[in-house]
Amino acid sequence: MQIYLPIAEISVNAFLLLGLGGMVGILSGMFGVGGGFLMTPLLFFIGIPPAVAVATEANQIVASSFSGVLAHFKRKTVDLKMGTVLLVGGLIGAYLGILLFNYLKSLGQVDLLVKLSYVVFLGIIGSLMFVESLNAIRRQKKTGTAAKRKKHNWIHNLPFKVKFRTSGLYISVIPPFLVGIFVGVLAAIMGVGGGFVMVPAMIYLIGMPTKVVIGTSLFQIIFVTAFTTMMHATTNYTVDIVLAVLLLVGGVIGAQIGTRIGVKMKAEQLRILLALMVLAVCGKLALDLLLQPSELYSIAAIGGH
Amino acid sequence: MLRFIVLILLLALPLNAGEEIVADLSQSKVGISATFDGSDILIFGAISRDAPAPTDSPLHVVVSVSGPSEPVTIRRKDKRVGLIWVNSASVLIDNAPSFYSVATTAPLSDVLSDEDDHKYKVSIPNAIASIGAQIATGHAQEFTEALIRIRTDNNLYHVREGAVELMSDTLFRTSIDLPSNLTAGVYTARILITRDKNVVDIFETTLDIQKVGIERWLYNLAHDNAIYYGLMSLFIAIAAGWTASAVFSYFKR
Repeated sequence: MQIYLPIAEISVNAFLLLGLGGMVGILSGMFGVGGGFLMTPLLFFIGIPPAVAVATEANQIVASSFSGVLAHFKRKTVDLKMGTVLLVGGLIGAYLGILLFNYLKSLGQVDLLVKLSYVVFLGIIGSLMFVESLNAIRRQKKTGTAAKRKKHNWIHNLPFKVKFRTSGLYISVIPPFLVGIFVGVLAAIMGVGGGFVMVPAMIYLIGMPTKVVIGTSLFQIIFVTAFTTMMHATTNYTVDIVLAVLLLVGGVIGAQIGTRIGVKMKAEQLRILLALMVLAVCGKLALDLLLQPSELYSIAAIGGH
Repeated sequence: MLRFIVLILLLALPLNAGEEIVADLSQSKVGISATFDGSDILIFGAISRDAPAPTDSPLHVVVSVSGPSEPVTIRRKDKRVGLIWVNSASVLIDNAPSFYSVATTAPLSDVLSDEDDHKYKVSIPNAIASIGAQIATGHAQEFTEALIRIRTDNNLYHVREGAVELMSDTLFRTSIDLPSNLTAGVYTARILITRDKNVVDIFETTLDIQKVGIERWLYNLAHDNAIYYGLMSLFIAIAAGWTASAVFSYFKR
């Protein structure tokens, strides 16, 4: 069934979108990630204009994060204080990100910016995760116990220390604030929640306990992506609500299936799979930049949308 | 003023040398609804004559439909730093129709002289350059060709030679295929009849292609009341997220 998207101004198969939403939903349920980093490139591949894909994906992430954070609130695994610090940084970052996005759009380099960001961040995160989970599996085989994180580093010497009770931390607000800004910029230019950057940063850089990390990052992501959605909707008019609804219906159902699959698998195996997937997306986008494209020219409308 | 009218009459005279087009479209409005999947427009008509048809040269019909024009930038990727492909050179084309389809009774070069093609902007390159393309760089040609190639691949530009049916030199018809990736706006349908490669008469009419129903409402809301539209998108997202969570925990119990 073909459906015409009012903002993207193209006609797409509705079942294809439901299927994509479902597939990414399964993965996000399995791995506990937002899935934006997979969905946005997939939307490029099916011909959604990049500006619409990025803006609409931000809106869809609001839905999936909201759905996820409710469960974490029930389990009291959201550090609101830490979340607020991350959020303030995130909003500033998202604002800067939108400015950068619109500036590069006027230069015709927004595709490059988006793709380069994907290649760089997915490459780094994917490799780190891959190595880390390989090591974890190897250590587990040797000693039978999971590795422990080191507790003290240079981060504990920074000023503006605040007590974060839920996380059981007494640290400076500077690192989470900077992490927030960074993730905000990514959310705006890549159309992702940024969980895949924020979660490792919270664990390894800030030293938060793993159980509060996901809930807190979801809490931050809701507000940052909501802000991004509003910014894109009011400055670029690129949020396609029909596209968003189709994706989130598929996503919601997929996420339920994914969570059930995820429960049956071991954490390290999951992490390795996720790492491989991140690297695969990264590789595909890198090839697009490195190989000579079959069509060297592209058309951009001025004004219009 | 009088001189101007005389000039117009003089210009108009050779066109109406006894043959006139009477034509219509199967529909003058196309609505882009949620399930819009492209559309066919039938263009048909007849040639009315004061005198018997001339027999010295054959009659040809050229039918074109063009979408609203807008300025476009064409960019070319080049290899930078010896590694990655980056948009570098660009050319601004003042006006290019978002859609252009031309159908004829015979190959265009047999139907229309170069001068008249240029004058009436019939072939695709002429339709693009028509509204004063001010192209500064020397390679403008490649960029225009790229525009035509990409839009042809996207089914937005087509030339269909021989697609107009002409019966007993009087009745003609053709259908123009409107793809699903149309831009809304006022389209122009134009019919030319030629003899001996020269235009004899022109007929023009408009085709209104607009979004309808919920598509129209959403599009207008997104552009005119962007804040409400954004808030509505967020509301739907949050409602969907909440519903999913509620349904999920219901099934878990």
